[in-house]
Formats: sequence, structure tokens, C-alpha cells
Amino acid sequence: MHDLEDLYQEIVMDHNRRPRNFGELEDPTATADGFNPLCGDQVTLQLFLEDGVVSDVAFNGVGCAISKSSASMMTEELKGKTVEHAEKLFEAFRKMITRAPGESYDSELLGDLEILKGVSQYPARIKCATLAWHTLHSAIQDGNEVVSTE
Amino acid sequence: MFDVEKIRLDFPILTKEIFGKPLVYLDNAATSQKPRQVIDALVEYYENFNANVHRGVHTLSMEATDRYEEAREKVSSFINSESSDLVIWTRNASESLNLVAYSWGEKNVHEGDEILLTPMEHHSNLVPWQELARRKNAVIKFIPMLENGTLDMDRVKELITERTVLVSAVHMSNALGTINPIKELAEEAHKLGAKILVDGAQSVPHMPTDVQELNCDFLAFSGHKMLGPTGIGALYVKEEILESMEPFLTGGEMVLEVSYEKASWADLPMKFEAGTPNIADSIALGSAVDYLNALGMGNVREHEKDMTAYALDRFRKADLEGLDLFGPDDPNIRGGVFSFNTPDVHPHDLGTFLDRIGIAVRTGHHCAMPLVRSLGVAATSRASFYLYNTKKEVDILVDGVTEALRYFRDGPK
Ligand SMILES: Cc1ncc(COP(=O)(O)O)c(C=O)c1O
Repeated sequence: MHDLEDLYQEIVMDHNRRPRNFGELEDPTATADGFNPLCGDQVTLQLFLEDGVVSDVAFNGVGCAISKSSASMMTEELKGKTVEHAEKLFEAFRKMITRAPGESYDSELLGDLEILKGVSQYPARIKCATLAWHTLHSAIQDGNEVVSTE
Repeated sequence: MFDVEKIRLDFPILTKEIFGKPLVYLDNAATSQKPRQVIDALVEYYENFNANVHRGVHTLSMEATDRYEEAREKVSSFINSESSDLVIWTRNASESLNLVAYSWGEKNVHEGDEILLTPMEHHSNLVPWQELARRKNAVIKFIPMLENGTLDMDRVKELITERTVLVSAVHMSNALGTINPIKELAEEAHKLGAKILVDGAQSVPHMPTDVQELNCDFLAFSGHKMLGPTGIGALYVKEEILESMEPFLTGGEMVLEVSYEKASWADLPMKFEAGTPNIADSIALGSAVDYLNALGMGNVREHEKDMTAYALDRFRKADLEGLDLFGPDDPNIRGGVFSFNTPDVHPHDLGTFLDRIGIAVRTGHHCAMPLVRSLGVAATSRASFYLYNTKKEVDILVDGVTEALRYFRDGPK
């Protein structure tokens, strides 16, 4: 059953067991909720933005291993990055996850996030991986929003 | 003789492999697989009898009409309806339920009236009533549920009052497997002049159904969960109620006489069937009913009861790290539906893992969001059985779940 490991890489499992930046910020400057009604996954994302830079970030919620680890890895990647860079990552990540076989994506930009590339072979799991990112996008755009993957 | 191995040969899809493993199809509560006989009936219709019904003088149209009405007769006898005129074709159980909510509900539910439901209703037997209640300022109440997933029948007497106009209940829960005591509910409802609707989407495919014995006023069900094609379902309504109901959809086929100003309605059941119906799928559903009758619905139920007892036992004895199995543990009041929660592994991950070893289960809220939430979880995994499933498949499932839990705890071996 080797191909299941394309999805559940050791690092993914580790983030699932010990999610990073899991919890709440004291005074976030932007917050958004994401919800996947199909499977009940729910994520709350909080950002502390200073001069267009993500100086702190935290997430909370319930979800499967893919959605939890994706959120966890995202928060690690975001710290210290500008909002513009975060939006670029969102676009690149989405492209990687939803790409057709053989299609390319910006692997250099994504760095460690590339670990989740195997999700593209599991259409039923795409929304799990992108939930946190859509939530990030809406937190940046609107400050306070509820997004749904439906 | 109920010979599962022989039955399986009739279902072409059951020889399919998923990722190199034999398909173990345990998502029957969502939809059943189809035997060769049903698939052939579809092809035969399109190759030999395709024509519109009830309108042609030509031979082909008459042949199509005969087969179409014959299918209605078969479905009618299958649920022991007093007459096939009381069986209305719909697309599915959901449409049947909406038909009642509009055609009967609009006229008979008034401000302050009460509709009594169970907490384990499928969204299709919940949302139409919420919407009707909103339009009419009516009130929805729920019969409480006990810890083991059965209804608290002691509370029913006090909950059905003079204000109650309808009791609507699922016969077999698609999320818990619970088989509800419909006959008792019907008795209590009728005592105070309320009507009773039965959502038979899960019961009609899995156990003998007799609308006269149940004494229900409405019965809704879907063809696709009982070996038939998608896109065809039915609604049974007691005659005096159906006679008094206004049409749901209007247009061609359902009229007697039309002027530029107004129209009068055709007789039952056509009054409720506007437009060209789903001819091919009705006929194929008739073949599904033939298939089920040849096996005997009593035997189907016995097989599933046997499977349920076996599965309950296997689940109990396996080392499943705190797995929570929902629903009653008495196979006499439970169908072959197993919803469970695994505290350390999310259903979505479990579902993906099982899929990789050929096992098809459903994960999520099973169109019963409030119920699943009341169990204290966001989602469950659900394995649901049918007449072609074997005890060996129960073993494969329980072993698969065991293996999955280990995988997510310790990583790949
Ligand atoms: C108990 C119950 N009621 C109603 C329905 C709705 O059936 P359909 O989707 O065929 O309309 C289902 C199907 O999932 C069901 O299980």
C-alpha cells in the first residue's frame, strides 16, 4: 500500500499529531473561520499583522489529518512573511493541489509546503488541504469572514 | 434458498477491483448496486419499447404504457397498497416528501399546528417540514431519543396532542440503523386525528413493507436504494387523503380538460404526475421488485439480521482503541447500518485508508447533521450492508479498521 504514503508522509502525520501554532492569539488583527460542510471540518485562523507583515499567526478547530497538517504547515510558513507573499503562496499552493497530472507549479516558492503535493491525486481530499488557505485568503481580504469550501 | 454467493453473480459491479483489491461495497445506505436483470430491463426498454406513454394510438406507445403501468402494479403489491392508483411516481424519496409537504401540507397545516418528527430524520424528512412550518407559523417537535439510539416511546403520548396534524418518522435510520416502531406511532397519531408519514427510504429495500398493516397515511421511498435505477421513486398515499390533495406540479399528462382559462385534473394517480414520466427507470424498478420478490423480503431481512448480529459481535470483540459504535445493539430493531467514531482517526482519513484496500464506506454527516452533532462528533464513518454482502466482508471491514487505526498511530510498517 505504498501509494498511501504519498498522502500521509511522515511529516504530515507529525503535524497532525503535534500541530504547530495551535491555539489562540491575544489580540489578533484579522480573524476568519473556514468550514467544510461535507465532512464537518472547521478551522479558525487568527493573524497579527504589523506593517503588512504576518508577525504572528494561530489556528484552531477540528479536522482530518490533511486539513490539520495543512493548516499547521501553513502557519509555520507564514510567520514573518508579507501579506503579498502570503497571497502568492495561496495561489501557488492551490495550483499545486488542484493541478492536472503533469502540470507544473512553483515548487521553489512553496518550499516545505510541497510535501502536500500528493493530495492532488486524491480528488476527495483537495478541500481538506485547501481549507486553511482559503480561510487565510479571506482573513487577509476581509478581516472577519466565514468561508465555506462549498 | 438464500445463497449469497449465487446472488453476487447477478451483480456485474461486484467483480470490480479497486486499487487491485476486490471491491467491498459497504455504502448501500447511499445507493445499492444493480443486478443484471435491472440493467437488462433498461436496455430492453430502449431497444424494443421506447415510446411516450398514455398518448399514442400506435402499438409501440401502447406497449410502453402497458409495461410502465405493470411496473406500478408491481411496486404497489410490493408494499401491499390497496390499489396501484395510490402509488405516485417521483424522482426519489426526497421528491415524495416534498410532494406531501406542498400538496397536503399547504392545505392542512395551519398556524400553531404541530408536526412531530424524530431526531434521527434525514435532511429530506426534516427540511421540507421546517420550510412548511416557517410558511405557516406551525411548530415542529421532536420525540426524544434514548442513549441507545431508539425513540423514547414513553414520551410519545404526551407529545401527540390535539394540535398535532402530522407525525413523520423514518422507518429505518440511515445513520444509526434503528428500526422505529411505526405501527405504534401510527396508532398514537390516529387516536388524536393526526396523520402519519413514513420515510421508507431505508426500510422498503431491506424488510417486508405492508402499508395496510402499518396503517400509515403516506410512505415515501427511492428506487435506487432497492436495486433499481436512480431517478425513480414513489409515494404511497391513503385513498381518502390522496383524493383530497391538490396537484403538486401541473402541465401535460395530469389534466382532464383544459381551456385557455382553466383546467381540470386527471384521475389518480396521474393527477400527480405532470409531464412525460421516467418511463425506462420505472420499468426497471419493476424488475428490481421482481428480483427482490424472487428472493423474498423476509429472507432478505433475515440475512441482514444475521449479518448485523455478526458485525455487532465482531466490532465488540476487535481491539479498536475506543471505537464508538452508535445505534441499538439488538439486531431485531436494527438494520445493517454501522456508524462509528474513532477518537484518534478522523473519518475522512479512515475512509481514504479503507478505499485503498477496496472498501467503500461513507464518511461525514450522512445527511443527518443535527443527529450526528448530537452524538458529539463532527462526522462518523458508516458501513451499510445489503443482500449481497457476506460475513467475510464484515471481517475485511473490521480488520481494515484495525489496520487503519494502527497506521495512523504508528505510521506505515
Ligand atoms: C432515511 C432516508 N430518507 C430519505 C433519503 C433521501 O433519499 P433520496 O436521496 O433518494 O431522495 C435517504 C437517502 O439517503 C434516506 O436514507
